[in-house]
Amino acid sequence: MNPWLNFAIESLGFGAIFMYGATGEILTEKSGHLNLGIPGIMCMGGAGGCLALCLVGGLQLPGFLVVLIGILGAILFGMLTGLIYSFLTITLRANQNVTGLALTTFGAGLSKVLFGTMDHTVYLQFSRTLFRQPFAARSDALQKLGILFYLAILVCVVASYVLMRTKVGLRLRSIGENPGTADAVGVNVTRYKYIATLIGAGIAALGGFYSIIDFEASQEAYKNLEEYGWLSVALVIFALWRPHMAIVGSIIFGFLYRCASQLTQLGGIFSAMTAQSMLKMLPYVFTIAVLIFTSIRNKRENHPPASLGLPYFREER
Amino acid sequence: MSTLTKKKSHEPLVHLVKRGSLPSWAAWLIRLAAIAVGFTFCGLVAYLLIAEGPKKPDSLGEFFGKFFTSFYDGSFKLNAAAARRYNRIWEFLRDMAILQCISLAVTPAFRMRFWNIGAEGQTLIGTLAAIAAAFYLGGKVPEGLLLVIMLLAALLAAGVWAVIPSLFKAQWNTNETLFTLMMNYVAIYVVDFFLKIWVPTDSSLDALPHGKLPVIGNNYLFIVLVVAAVTLVTFVYLKFTKHGYEISVVGESVRTAQYSGINVKKVIIRTMLVSGLICGVAGFLFAGKDNTITTTSIGGLGFTAIIVSWMGYFNPLMMLFSSALVTVLQRGRVTQTFGVKGAYEDVFVGVVLFFVIACEFFIQYKVVLRKRHHADGKEAAK
Repeated sequence: MNPWLNFAIESLGFGAIFMYGATGEILTEKSGHLNLGIPGIMCMGGAGGCLALCLVGGLQLPGFLVVLIGILGAILFGMLTGLIYSFLTITLRANQNVTGLALTTFGAGLSKVLFGTMDHTVYLQFSRTLFRQPFAARSDALQKLGILFYLAILVCVVASYVLMRTKVGLRLRSIGENPGTADAVGVNVTRYKYIATLIGAGIAALGGFYSIIDFEASQEAYKNLEEYGWLSVALVIFALWRPHMAIVGSIIFGFLYRCASQLTQLGGIFSAMTAQSMLKMLPYVFTIAVLIFTSIRNKRENHPPASLGLPYFREER
Repeated sequence: MSTLTKKKSHEPLVHLVKRGSLPSWAAWLIRLAAIAVGFTFCGLVAYLLIAEGPKKPDSLGEFFGKFFTSFYDGSFKLNAAAARRYNRIWEFLRDMAILQCISLAVTPAFRMRFWNIGAEGQTLIGTLAAIAAAFYLGGKVPEGLLLVIMLLAALLAAGVWAVIPSLFKAQWNTNETLFTLMMNYVAIYVVDFFLKIWVPTDSSLDALPHGKLPVIGNNYLFIVLVVAAVTLVTFVYLKFTKHGYEISVVGESVRTAQYSGINVKKVIIRTMLVSGLICGVAGFLFAGKDNTITTTSIGGLGFTAIIVSWMGYFNPLMMLFSSALVTVLQRGRVTQTFGVKGAYEDVFVGVVLFFVIACEFFIQYKVVLRKRHHADGKEAAK
């Protein structure tokens, strides 16, 4: 395959990690909760999926079942980790920044511990071809566009539809803007917040799992997850809190980030080593630029949800 | 009418009441209990995880004994060799001092409800500036002067790094949490950039021979003294100066501040400058301590500092306790004691923090159970 096309496809696949992370975080933020624990949740999602695969490793199950078990394991672990955040910030009204950061410390640490106890030959080798359907047999970048990649796009589109075109989405957005008003019209704020943060955590968890099992497919992959998690948080701003924009954003982020690590293979154009660090910096610089630009233009629909980061206590209205 | 009275009561099973005031001893008791429960829970988690390790203990009792000792060992155990008898304690004090310093840095901004989560990047860029000074000027100027230049460079770089987001916050109300978060990663790749210029072929920068922190008795005391001074200055600044008062007013309510004639924009920028300068001090200490820099030099302490500051109620003196607690957790030697691999310390920090975060709720609110007889009694009276 043409190396450029190969590279383009690879960065597309890489971007799917951020699609999951960003979509999960968008749903969470739309309910008014800034979850800085997303990197930790992604780590735990990866660990949970691989743990589930380890459990069924020797059972000779049919392929689709293995894939399903892996996905469910990742979602379950992600949601359990997210539940800590949801309980502390929604029910106990804890500071969201502090709780989120503690969750990232916890999740990243625990996932490293869990991966230390797992045998990578079990969770990686038998499952890789299953997750890489339908292109598992190819030797170029196309093999990385497995089942979870298409699921990522599906998740983005569905999340976008639900948020923008359904009653549930409207209610969720209204909670993010002003929970007091939503409460007054009879929306169950607490239930919505729990559901949004938990589903968000489950989706983000899949990003971690995809990175380990399909995209990188290596025993070292889990060490990078925390950084990908922070990139996902950045992508939320870049996408202006719209899941379908996250698809575009993640392709750009994936391209820039991959550019940096592929420089030596591609050769020629950016030969200087220092260009690598500059390229890796670009997603963050772009995000800052978007952040500044939207705040200057001051258009309502491009702003973060108005109650983002603030706890809601009915009796303090 | 009868259908109305028969309708199920929708009074929830429990409801929450804000406490008027809890005596401080009771609040501290709750906090200590939370930490104790958190530690015990950590032990249980570790017991489950370590179950297959090579140095597996026989019983749960033995495990907990070893588990708690491992934290003591990590921070306070005396060495057998007389010359280095107190090294562990000194290292503990040094680590605590550095964590305390970064926590002090985020505090002024937090008191103003400016969520500066960019201490990691601000400290890193300060370290970079100090190392750059040592790299280019080391050996060319006297050692004392070099240290001064390093400090000034670190202060300048970290100050600029912190002020950038605040300018946009003041002018256009740009979200500071996300801005400062992004600045962390920009800082990391700026460091990466310079490392590739300084050491194009090697993977890391060897420790520089110049720009070492002065030795007062040992390698640690200087850092401890500097941070003690910064702690006192910050305490006085926040508690007893007009600036500190203005920060508190802006934190309470921006509108009140504007009404009483405080220039909110100025306070935001000035306070972030103070935050950045303290990060600069921390960056200078990192540079003088390690004499080298990597992209992970700060090691997440910038994020931990936020938690420490919050646990200490944004009070510089109270933060001494929280930074000591977190340092003990981080220096625990569970992996060595039980012969296992992995980031157990991070898990423990996380778990204990969850308990502390949760206990704050019970300090602020009282949980009141629904009283059954109350509603029934009323109906009976009718």
